[in-house]
Amino acid sequence: MKDWRYYFSHNLGTLTAVALFVLMFSIYIGNHEVGLTPAVAMTATNKAVLLALVAMAQTVPVLTRGLDLSVGQMFVMANCLASTIVVGTLGEGILGCIGVLAMGLAAGFANGAIVVWGRLQPIITTLATGAIYYGIALWIRPSPGGNVQTDIADFVTGQLFGTVPTALVVLLLVVLLIWIPYRSTVLGRAAYAVGSNEQAAYMSGVPVQRAKLLAYTLSGFLASLGGLILTFNTYSGEASAAIGGTYTLNSIAAVVIGGTSLFGGWGSAIGSVFGAFVLRTIEDLLFVFDLPPLWQPLFQGVVLLLAVSLGAIRVFRIRNRLELFT
Amino acid sequence: MSDRIPLLELKRVSKHYGGIAALTEVDFTAYAGEIHAVLGENGAGKSTLIKIAAGVTDPTEGEMLIEGKRVAFRTPHEAMNAGVVCVFQELSLLPDMTVADNLSMADPPLKAGLIDGKAQRARAVELLHWVGCEDVHPLELVKNLALSRRQMVEIAKALAKKPKLLILDEATSALTAKDVERIYLIIRRLREDGVGILYVSHRMHEIEALADVATVFRNGRKIETFRKGERKVREIIQMMIGREVSHQYPAKPPFQHDWAPALTVSGLSWGRELSDISFTAGNGEIVGLGGLDGQGQRELLLALFGVLKGVDGKVTIDGANMAMAGPQHAMKAKLKVALIPEDRKVEGLMLPMSVRDNLTLASLSQLRKGFGIDTRKENAAVQTMVERLRIKAPDVSAPVATLSGGNQQKVVLAKWLMTEPGIILLNDPTRGIDVGTKQELYRLFRSLAAEGRTIVFYSTDYAELIGCCDKVLVLYGGRIAKELKGEECTEHNLLASALNVDTEGEKAA
Repeated sequence: MKDWRYYFSHNLGTLTAVALFVLMFSIYIGNHEVGLTPAVAMTATNKAVLLALVAMAQTVPVLTRGLDLSVGQMFVMANCLASTIVVGTLGEGILGCIGVLAMGLAAGFANGAIVVWGRLQPIITTLATGAIYYGIALWIRPSPGGNVQTDIADFVTGQLFGTVPTALVVLLLVVLLIWIPYRSTVLGRAAYAVGSNEQAAYMSGVPVQRAKLLAYTLSGFLASLGGLILTFNTYSGEASAAIGGTYTLNSIAAVVIGGTSLFGGWGSAIGSVFGAFVLRTIEDLLFVFDLPPLWQPLFQGVVLLLAVSLGAIRVFRIRNRLELFT
Repeated sequence: MSDRIPLLELKRVSKHYGGIAALTEVDFTAYAGEIHAVLGENGAGKSTLIKIAAGVTDPTEGEMLIEGKRVAFRTPHEAMNAGVVCVFQELSLLPDMTVADNLSMADPPLKAGLIDGKAQRARAVELLHWVGCEDVHPLELVKNLALSRRQMVEIAKALAKKPKLLILDEATSALTAKDVERIYLIIRRLREDGVGILYVSHRMHEIEALADVATVFRNGRKIETFRKGERKVREIIQMMIGREVSHQYPAKPPFQHDWAPALTVSGLSWGRELSDISFTAGNGEIVGLGGLDGQGQRELLLALFGVLKGVDGKVTIDGANMAMAGPQHAMKAKLKVALIPEDRKVEGLMLPMSVRDNLTLASLSQLRKGFGIDTRKENAAVQTMVERLRIKAPDVSAPVATLSGGNQQKVVLAKWLMTEPGIILLNDPTRGIDVGTKQELYRLFRSLAAEGRTIVFYSTDYAELIGCCDKVLVLYGGRIAKELKGEECTEHNLLASALNVDTEGEKAA
């Protein structure tokens, strides 16, 4: 087999998500009154980038065969914090942004520390810490409101050179400067190794604990970056349990649509980005076809089931029936 | 000899798991530039020795020296850094990652702090070439490789670490003859380069071909270390068997040649794991499955219970063909089949559920009343079983997890006996059980056979097979290597056929 065929088969999940998105987005643009104008692109982007970042945040722990149920709440917590400290002059605003991201790192690190050293199950750990982070969000912002440094906000939610949505560039930078290098670090590969077979990874001298710690920390960072950009979109903060919960569940859906295995060891955050785009485009499609937005959950469910079914094809090749249960 | 500093030296090393001693006061030395064979039966302590040397587990007592310096490895990584690299029996490869990734897992080539994919790939190509696996593409995922290729990759991965002491634990079990030749060449070359090699294998001819020195272990103790040619194969086997603590086995009925066949298997094959298995088991007969670990015994039991897909061959039960379409068919055959699984905690029991619920789980359909369960009938049935097997439970509503290992195993057995099976498949039922309970189980097996049930009994303990079985099928590489009947069942015959050697033609090892 030629090399490209290996690259193709290794990235099949991501490519499927890309293809699905391109198909759905083309239908959307084709039926849109004005077509793909900078304004249409910007609206689509600003909504999609938020979920894309949270989905990326979810991907990293999932690769280690974990799950982070607190991503949505970290996202909300960052939103509330940003609406309090990303204010004042441009310099003060930038300092505030750094503060928000630092808090995200700390929250993610706490998750990882409990999972690694406390040896608790990731699901329970992050369910609990998620509640705590939501509590902190409420404490920071008991009622919706606040403000944000408008120069930064308008820049991030605007366009570069009058055409390219800045938020999309930010997302691209995150992929290029964080995800791609991360994949090639020893700890990034270790995350895959741990998810693939933790015992074998340990036997091979892989730094299992540090890999998990970094995975959850990175998750916190990406989720808080999402929360920061949410603040730039809304110019305010709101401690909403509903938003947190929705983003958490949609992030898992995006991860699955993006071709990442919930059993760990296989997948890519780039796939999750497109998984998030697919979920967002469903909403837009309902809009152009004049269908009631109430149908959105139904369509999301159908797309999710289809994506999961693709992953279940392996069942037909099983020779030992006991393997059906592993 | 004695003036050289040993590469690896163990001094009075012991290892206990819970109350059970896996190694007892072992002194062991291995020198650079020598191939040292480690011999012993299943559970003789070889694996524990290797795990200690490779940093997977630490000794309870005693000390370990590498090149004269005292060491205490906390992780496999520390052992690797000290030059001790182990190729484990259970593969340590990562299935979802590429061959190239796997080969450089511990110390990938870096460029600016990131893994250098190109350099890593070049290294992979070089290593694969070295072990003669040019047919493996470095970008292939390990899970897509055949078992023999995986084992070669595993060996290549160990070589990548430039070991001073290379430990091969049954590293050739799945290899083809050509690969084995290649491995011999590599090992001999490493020896010339001054690498020390510990070679664990059950294959006597491999030991003959390779080893300079051999050490025999038995019951966690070192028996003897000798140089090549000092001992004959027969003597080595005798050392491995030794004098066993004799268990009390129930008296066997005289051997019969003409059992009324209850189970007939002909030409059973499944992939590479089982080939052309044929045998019959009679009403009231206990048929043992012997041989080394992992020669297809488990697969055979799973196949008879209908768990495996794509099995070729014919199985007839009491004259009727059996549909091999899942356990529910096996349980409904003319003589009901029951499988007592190997790992009681995973496949046999619902640990948090009560003794009663576990007992009746497989036979609930017989205890039905309308849409519910007839509790009075259930309690009576449970009571009968608890008494018959003497299950020591504080209360039948207590969770099974609170019972001792032996009693848990009795619950698994009782659960299947409640379905009134005609054919009972036992997968190593006495593993990890105390001696007293073992004896109770042996008596139970014999009394079940006396009631006319057929028992197929896989055990890793040869003494048990001899004590309990009317005949023993010894498996080797998925085939029946030998069928030992009645008086032929001796330790010597069992071990010799398990190792697939012929001790008639005396050879020195």
